Amino acid sequence: MAKNSTRFSRTQHKRNKRVISALKKCPTGISGLDEITEGGLPLGRPTLICGSAGCGKTLLAMEFISRGITEFNEPGVFMAFEETTEELATNVASLGMNLKEHIRQKKLAIDYVYIERSEIEETGEYDLEGLFVRLGNMIDSIGAKRVVLDTIEALFAGFSNEAVLRAELRRLFRWLKTKKVTTIITGEKGEKHLTRNGLEEYVSDCVILLDHRIVNEVATRRLRIVKYRGSKHGTNEYPTIIDENGLSVLPISSLGLTYPVSNDRIPTGIDRLDTMFGGKGYFRGTSVLVSGTAGSGKTSIAAAFADKTCRKGEKCIYFSFEESPEQIKRNMGSVGINLNQWEGKGLLKFHSTRPTLYGLEAHLVRIHKLVEEFHPTAVIMDPITNLAAIGESLEVKSMLTRIIDYLKNKQITTVFTSLTEGGGASAQSEVGISSLMDTWILLRHLETDGERNRLLYVLKSRGMAHSNQVREFVLSGKGVHLRDVYIGAGAVLTGSAREVQESKDNAQKLSDKQSSERRQRALRQQHLTLKGQVEALKVQLAGLAEELRISADAERCRIGVMHHRKKEMSLIRKAD
Amino acid sequence: MKTAKRTKGTKITKKWELRLYVAGQTPKAITAFANLQKICDEFLADRYSIEVIDLLKNPKLAGGDQIIAVPTLVRKLPQPVRKIIGDLSNTQRVLVGLDLKERNLTIGGRR
Repeated sequence: MAKNSTRFSRTQHKRNKRVISALKKCPTGISGLDEITEGGLPLGRPTLICGSAGCGKTLLAMEFISRGITEFNEPGVFMAFEETTEELATNVASLGMNLKEHIRQKKLAIDYVYIERSEIEETGEYDLEGLFVRLGNMIDSIGAKRVVLDTIEALFAGFSNEAVLRAELRRLFRWLKTKKVTTIITGEKGEKHLTRNGLEEYVSDCVILLDHRIVNEVATRRLRIVKYRGSKHGTNEYPTIIDENGLSVLPISSLGLTYPVSNDRIPTGIDRLDTMFGGKGYFRGTSVLVSGTAGSGKTSIAAAFADKTCRKGEKCIYFSFEESPEQIKRNMGSVGINLNQWEGKGLLKFHSTRPTLYGLEAHLVRIHKLVEEFHPTAVIMDPITNLAAIGESLEVKSMLTRIIDYLKNKQITTVFTSLTEGGGASAQSEVGISSLMDTWILLRHLETDGERNRLLYVLKSRGMAHSNQVREFVLSGKGVHLRDVYIGAGAVLTGSAREVQESKDNAQKLSDKQSSERRQRALRQQHLTLKGQVEALKVQLAGLAEELRISADAERCRIGVMHHRKKEMSLIRKAD
Repeated sequence: MKTAKRTKGTKITKKWELRLYVAGQTPKAITAFANLQKICDEFLADRYSIEVIDLLKNPKLAGGDQIIAVPTLVRKLPQPVRKIIGDLSNTQRVLVGLDLKERNLTIGGRR
């Protein structure tokens, strides 16, 4: 009893000790995988990688070894049950792994284990000590820290005595733990279990599931950590890609709405469009949607933004899903935007792919990788509508959400263009992503009098006072310009109709001016005439007054004379 | 057929070269060696040589003959190479494995 209790307390003590020293991890060096496993695979323990044929198990395992050598200087042992050393070296050479060189430097040991059941007769008891010896010899000869068994299930095909095999496997994994090597065991996906022979039963520390599925005729790769004992880990299915740099996992699904915001503005490349956004342009690190019908000038707006960004000495990546870089450059040259110079200076990078070339996830990973490598401040995706061809709208939306979240986190301003169907409601963006966008510029065609003209307006722009005006969007050899539309008498006029109306207006103005002058002249004449009349009358008046004075004097004179003569007369008559 | 093969076998004047791979002096290894010697004495008297390889001493030799399980008996000569794993306790199967006995008969017997 006492003995039991001491044993119990000892195990308890051990357990406590393990809790205190957190699980140590062995970094894989595989882009993204260390992030979702929060540091790597469990150090000194076996990890099971399972998946169906062609999902990249061997590649992941080989990369774990190869990167262990090149990046962490940890020698590795690769025990192959399916491919020979030659085959393995050839297969991964295209991914930049030089196995031969590693072997020469005694950093890598590869052993090809060949089992052919038909060549082996079983009689009586046996064990797999031979395997242990071979593995142990390799580990000891180069001081390996990492071991891969690819795929140990081949043993099940080679030996008929499953009971022995299972016991030996259990012993093998225990033995590997005592060797303190971090091990990857690969296993083919089974129907009911994770692996065909239930390897997960023995490898209980960490299980990673690789998946390669075809949706809409396009293959997508995914990776999921099924379990990871003693460690926190990302639980989602993460998009994965295999390219010239090997395998990369995209930890992007783990992003949230926690990105920083900026009050910094970034010009749009079109002066009057800046004016419409309060004179300064887009907010830095926001998402901008330019939607419109075919040929409405979406690419031009995007290219003008790319041009402006590069002109300021900042970097930009242009993801094109419809046109080749050359075609874009030529077309934009015709509207006065020279993108060639920026590409030459290394400020602009084009990446053109057909959306159907690979799955949504692969696009996502590629965008992610390019952004990580190039560090742009602006990204253009032209157009996103085509992505709908390779996924359900929900998937496309979730992919775009992840792209937007990722780019916003990086404070990268993104311009998405989206093609809207001619017949549909123009405010209904194809992918239903408008709610994800901070700024939405809508381009429209207006067809009048036998011509089509482009109209632009800002449907929304979060966080700024933006113009509510409709502008005419003019593409010319001198560049992209915005003009006021003619608004009058209940009609919006654009193009030549606007020109006609404007010249009409000018003529009207001229004739108005002329008639008013004429009227003024007439009045002035009248004024002068009246003034003259007034003068004449004044003269007449003065003449009359003089006349009046003269006649009064004469009268006075005449009366005086008459009186004098009367006096003389009486004197003459000697009157009394 | 049976006799034809036997005569063919006896015509070969070359010695039979057998290798027994073991990993340490385990009971299985000792049993296997004892069984092998008994069979050889009976069927290949004076025409055989047995080389016992202890993988614990020479681990590098395991790769050459693709040894995974021990004990493994490898018939190096005559060609083609044959492998028999286990402690060789089933004499009939050993004989089949070494091409000293017709396969068909024993397959029937096995079932």
